[in-house]
Amino acid sequence: MINEKKYSLDHIRFLRKERNETIFVYVLRFSLLALLLLVWEILAVNNVIDPFITSYPSKIFTTVIELFKHNDLLMHIGVTLYETFLGFIISVVAGFIIALIMWLSVRCRRVLEPYVVVLNSLPKIALGPIIIVWFGSGNKAIIAMAVLISVIVCIMTMLGGFLSTDKDKILLLKSFGANKWQIMTKLVIPSNLPTFVNMLKIALGMAWIGSIMGEYLVSKAGLGYLIVYGSQVFKLDLVMASTVVLLVLSALMYAFITLFEKLAITYKTDSN
Amino acid sequence: MNKLLEIKSVSHVYHTKENETIAVDDLSFDVFKGEFISVIGPSGCGKTTVLSLIAGLLPPSRGEILISNTPVKAGSDKLGYMLQKDQLFPWRTIEKNVFIPLEIKKKLTDDAKNYGLNLLDKYGLTSFRKSYPYELSGGMRQRVALIRTLVAKPELLLLDEPFSALDYQTRLSVCDDVYKIITEQNVTAVLVTHDISEAISVSDRIIVLSKRPSKVKHIFELDYGKTTPLKRRETSNFSKWFELLYKEITND
Ligand SMILES: Nc1ncnc2c1ncn2[C@@H]1O[C@H](COP(=O)(O)OP(=O)(O)OP(=O)(O)O)[C@@H](O)[C@H]1O
Ligand SMILES: [Mg+2]
Repeated sequence: MINEKKYSLDHIRFLRKERNETIFVYVLRFSLLALLLLVWEILAVNNVIDPFITSYPSKIFTTVIELFKHNDLLMHIGVTLYETFLGFIISVVAGFIIALIMWLSVRCRRVLEPYVVVLNSLPKIALGPIIIVWFGSGNKAIIAMAVLISVIVCIMTMLGGFLSTDKDKILLLKSFGANKWQIMTKLVIPSNLPTFVNMLKIALGMAWIGSIMGEYLVSKAGLGYLIVYGSQVFKLDLVMASTVVLLVLSALMYAFITLFEKLAITYKTDSN
Repeated sequence: MNKLLEIKSVSHVYHTKENETIAVDDLSFDVFKGEFISVIGPSGCGKTTVLSLIAGLLPPSRGEILISNTPVKAGSDKLGYMLQKDQLFPWRTIEKNVFIPLEIKKKLTDDAKNYGLNLLDKYGLTSFRKSYPYELSGGMRQRVALIRTLVAKPELLLLDEPFSALDYQTRLSVCDDVYKIITEQNVTAVLVTHDISEAISVSDRIIVLSKRPSKVKHIFELDYGKTTPLKRRETSNFSKWFELLYKEITND
């Protein structure tokens, strides 16, 4: 049933076509990037656009190298990563636990629901000044910002998943005499692994927003700080370079989650 | 014969904010040890409700239900419940799915596991032990679902339209398989269905329910003994039984 490695010629042709198409898409993708960078570079170097305002790729590249050598870029990266990662972890753990509690107790859910909804619609950045007053002007305020921004979405995503657990599967477990705890550990949590991965992706994006925004408001280090500082002293090279580093970091973290998804979800669900 | 299940003037009312629905009204019947009973009735008449009541998943509003002279309660070891869809957990392998009831009942001993594995072996599923549900056909999955129900050694099996999610051909053969497994394992079974021919092909007795609220309208005693479903469908009585039941269900 599974051992059907002897494909027909047609199928091999089909597979080859699929693979060629994928390769072609990759080539196009990178060509597009290269083209954009090249156009940017040429326009800026020839002063068609103002290189002072737009900077340009090779300058950004040398700025990144410079930053590494002289300006503790690694330290700034470390600070931002630390804040983002901590904010992310706290939101994920807290969001997961709060959603579980709200699933376990219907009464608790009914009590908390309006709070969650209102907090969700509130633009969290408005709480920035309060957070600075409460947490001071250091790392803590920035982490708090990251948590504040992502935790509500974590709760809502997870709770939505928990609540849409297949009713018949719950019935099945109940027929074996399962208690609420067993239904939670045997069914509700494992069946929501895909929801969990989704939540990780959303939370990561939110945590980045929180930490960078936090750094815009208060900070003495970090990539957000470099970006704000760069724009204040009108060093657009610095702004661009920090943004590029940020881009690479967030892509890397996202890739980690995708990898986790591949490793964790090895089964296929079907519509049954 | 001794009574395994007694349903004594049971009523059930569903309460929602908008309405109250009398699903079952003053229902009584007995099931004897070793019997295969089918309950049929028009759709929405309260068949699933009756099974949930027997399984102890719903408390009756009135009346009582006894299994071996003790009131039913959810998760009783005497009971097994099989639903319309197989409800296998896609993230668990076949054998891990079979072990679920044992885990819930905290009886995951080597003996119990071996019993489950032997059942898989006996019914031709050993090679799929480590497979995931999506790798199996609908019929195989339904057999796994039955083995999962049997692994905790219930005396009474409740089946809620267990074949209705399968296509016609598969339904006939899976029904035949399931019937053989159930009779071989010596369990008493209550099958709920709205498929008249399915009921005739497996039952010793057929209980016809009225429209909602469901009451017993008529009880038919079939005389097929332990003839298997596919064989029964070939007999000449089959269409007579069908006509008889069809009339009973459709006339009010
Ligand atoms: N949880 C519930 N709350 C309120 N009413 C319900 C509930 N479950 C079932 N009912 C109602 O009770 C009646 C009987 O439902 P039940 O599911 O037992 O019928 P059924 O014979 O199994 O139907 P079907 O043939 O569709 O499977 C229906 O009118 C249904 O709308
Ligand atoms: Mg039903």
